[in-house]
Amino acid sequence: MQKIHKILIGIAFSPNLKPNLFEAVRICNMFNAELIGVHVGEKTIKKETDLQQILSEAEVLKKPIKTVWQEGEPVKVILNTVIEEQIDLLILGALQKENLLKYYVGSIARKLTRKASCSILLLIKPSIERQACKHIVVNGLKDDKTEETIRTSVLFSKHLMCKKVTIVEEISQSELQVKVDDDKSLRKATIIKERLKNREDQRVKNILKGIDSENISIQMQSIFGTRGYSIGHYAKIKRADLLVMNAPTNVGILDRIFPHDIEYILSELPTDVLIVK
Amino acid sequence: MNKKNTLKTFIGEIPRNLFSGFVVSLIALPLGLGLALASGAPPISGIIAAIVGGIVVSLIGGSKVTITGPGNGLVVVILSAITVLGNGDMYQGYLYTLAAIVISGILLIILGFLRMGALGDFFPSSAIQGMLAAIGIGIFAKQIHVMLGNLDAKGSIVQLLVQIPEGIFNFVKTDNSSMFYAGLIGIISLSIMVFYSKIRNRYFQLIPAPMWIVVLSVGLYYYFDVFSATDYPIDKNLLIALPNDILSNFAFPDFEKVYQLEFISAVISITLIASIESLLSIKAVDKLDPLKRRSNVNKDIRALGLATVISGFLGGLNVVTVIARSSVNVNNKGSNRSANFFHALFLVAFILLFATELRKIPLSALAAILVFTGYKLAAPENLKKVFNIGSEQLLIFIATLLVTISTSLITGILVGILITFIIHIIINKNVLLFIKNILKPNVLMFTEDGKYYVSVKNFSSFLNYTKLKSKLDQIPETEEAIVDFTLCDFVDHSVMENMNNYSETFERKGGHFEVIGLDDSKPGSEHPFALRKILPKHRVPKKGVLTKRQKFIQKISEEMQYSYEAFSDLELEELPNFGYFKTRKIDKVSNVLTNNDCTIFDVQFSEGEMIAKQVIKATMLHIHTKNKLPKFTLDKEGVFEYILHFSGYKDIDIDAHPDFSKRFYLSGKNEEKIRAFFTDELILFFESNKQYHIEATSVGLLVLSNERLASVKEIKALAYFGASLKKIIEKC
Repeated sequence: MQKIHKILIGIAFSPNLKPNLFEAVRICNMFNAELIGVHVGEKTIKKETDLQQILSEAEVLKKPIKTVWQEGEPVKVILNTVIEEQIDLLILGALQKENLLKYYVGSIARKLTRKASCSILLLIKPSIERQACKHIVVNGLKDDKTEETIRTSVLFSKHLMCKKVTIVEEISQSELQVKVDDDKSLRKATIIKERLKNREDQRVKNILKGIDSENISIQMQSIFGTRGYSIGHYAKIKRADLLVMNAPTNVGILDRIFPHDIEYILSELPTDVLIVK
Repeated sequence: MNKKNTLKTFIGEIPRNLFSGFVVSLIALPLGLGLALASGAPPISGIIAAIVGGIVVSLIGGSKVTITGPGNGLVVVILSAITVLGNGDMYQGYLYTLAAIVISGILLIILGFLRMGALGDFFPSSAIQGMLAAIGIGIFAKQIHVMLGNLDAKGSIVQLLVQIPEGIFNFVKTDNSSMFYAGLIGIISLSIMVFYSKIRNRYFQLIPAPMWIVVLSVGLYYYFDVFSATDYPIDKNLLIALPNDILSNFAFPDFEKVYQLEFISAVISITLIASIESLLSIKAVDKLDPLKRRSNVNKDIRALGLATVISGFLGGLNVVTVIARSSVNVNNKGSNRSANFFHALFLVAFILLFATELRKIPLSALAAILVFTGYKLAAPENLKKVFNIGSEQLLIFIATLLVTISTSLITGILVGILITFIIHIIINKNVLLFIKNILKPNVLMFTEDGKYYVSVKNFSSFLNYTKLKSKLDQIPETEEAIVDFTLCDFVDHSVMENMNNYSETFERKGGHFEVIGLDDSKPGSEHPFALRKILPKHRVPKKGVLTKRQKFIQKISEEMQYSYEAFSDLELEELPNFGYFKTRKIDKVSNVLTNNDCTIFDVQFSEGEMIAKQVIKATMLHIHTKNKLPKFTLDKEGVFEYILHFSGYKDIDIDAHPDFSKRFYLSGKNEEKIRAFFTDELILFFESNKQYHIEATSVGLLVLSNERLASVKEIKALAYFGASLKKIIEKC
């Protein structure tokens, strides 16, 4: 995904509607894209005027909004609209655990995240005022999708006027192969770590060669932890504003019981998350 | 070349290891006999374990200066196994138990290969302490009767304890001279054990206390035999029985009961205790090693397992790593594994050469050695130590101890774990914190400016400690490591204790290990190992207990002649004037260090409001300047995130210093004044020091590096940087 022409937002008349919409409008304008609002449910005059009221308070959209009113099962309706309208990006709001500063993805949004054919932006803190995006963290996994993901994050950082991108390479314990038992194996492990780090850096650098990233400072950081989970932890410590991840290859029922990769992030969102498909 | 050198050192160190091995064998001989007797097994089985252990583990083990042999912890378990499996027939029970020992050895080998040797890491430390104390009481209760010459005391540990006054009374009133003399030797032996360390005579100290007991009691026998007209008053059943032909009379394990429940439970207990005792000893001995080597625990467990299997087949007890004999080894300058090997060889020699003499040792003398060991394990000082850490730890300790004494070891340790967990839930008033997060990988490690940074999330307790441990073990101890608990809601005593151990090891090996993020937490007590629960924001403890970091800060504040205030109400008036705090709300300032106009502090502030609110803690330096400054920000070129509020102003390049302009991003409103302010000297200073983010208002400077709490070392660097900067600016 390196073009964003059409952005879809689900409209549910909840207290979060206003910040969600404001955020969506802002993103649309930044990408010069068309906003499509989908409401699953009955179309009433009150809902329509409420919506207009909110939109009139927001920034002026560069391209007019298209609203779709349709009744049915929310997940299905939205998924169909995504295909019909050839949506590039789906914006979803996250939920917050009561009194805990922790965010997670609700059941509908989770289904959408798994099934949607377009990229997904999960917002944990939509706000009415613009919060500048200052730091984007991207995964640099060894994966076919990674190049696309890094390209997308560079695109995002350009449009969101973010100057700092960190590409995180997660080095898992199994890759290390040497188990640390005593001084000798520790020395060996340290050397191998350094080698792995250089190898990963080189791989990412090769990807970056083909990407125009002028005016953006791109850094590389290798972290040691569990794949998929630790990058969220890192984003939280570094207080990144956006975490960009590859889409999972395929997620079965087992993956939900024994969560890995993206499932960890969904159960505890560290920040806004963009899943690139 | 390297290998040659190692060989050379090895050969060069043989004499001292030979000597050290000899001294250790002097202790191992009486202890091996005594531990076997206390376990209800033939005395020779303890010696077999020590010999096999010394040879096998020294050849294939993973530690350097440890000594292996029969262990204290196993006495109670093996005794109960022999009693239960034998159903009254002690010798048959011993054969069944040998089978259990062989199987537990195989289990240990498997655990070693699965890298699960560190079973002990899964248990809360107070529960382990309680269990060890229970073992101590078990040994004490049984052996005190033997020490007084009474072999017939029977019953549970509690019953045996209750019988002690009666036992003493019987001993005083007895008209059985055999029993009286045995008891007398026992009491004299005990007093040798107790007062040995207090007598600081070089010649007396040449022989270890247990060997004195052996020498004296054998000497007594020969006195009666050669000089005295009366016969040796102690009856033969109160003397050690050794088989006549030691080399050919090996007992062989009986595997008949392998499928029975009581057999399996014996195997589990033996394996559990063997693993815990060995692990604790290996860890403790590593701290003593003058060459600061790190033992390969899993390799050692595998070697111990193999040694146990062999020992079991030859009729010997379990082989574990033992702390007391290992410390003697280190004290006598044992420097490599050959000391363990020589100790085994000396034992073989003793057994072959002095079997006749050894048969003259009264059981009561050996029992005295064990009474002393048992007392040491269960000493009231331990109780006090645990209480100092926190009353909840005392509860765990006592509950584990009582349950272990009244039921069995396995039940005891399970109850200990359960109680610890329940207490953690009660303290946090939150079950979900544990249930939801227990399986999550909660530890992240990465290197940052050459330092290892480890962040722990959610909670950190004995339940998930291995995750943290596996990361920490990968850090070379010569490096600098920072462990950050800021994202943790709860840290328990076991983890705090282990953090302290790491910190000691790093310090010993020339590295640096620091724990941060606990300063706002509420400790369970004044002890440095007390568990800590992170307090909700805004509740500043007015009179709290300082964390280790705070104590260090206090110490360096004295060194640097700064005044220190840990819990301060101070809201720095000038802080909100800085651009950095325009969009951030300051909650509180703590750990304030001041020296005339330089102030270093931890500040807690929040970004955003309501659901977008994030709380951040960071260490910063504020300098109050006397001369007026132009407003500017100075940053590493490339880090744009701090300077949003200045956007629109370009990077001010100073032509005379292209390198400075390339590395730093300087911006501000009044370009002319800023150019004038940045003198050559100031630029040189910035170029030659660590790059911080620096912001200036007209009367002050704000200096910070990362947006997190700084370690004590970083604080020192920051203070030094600030003092030098201030000097230069004041010259301008």
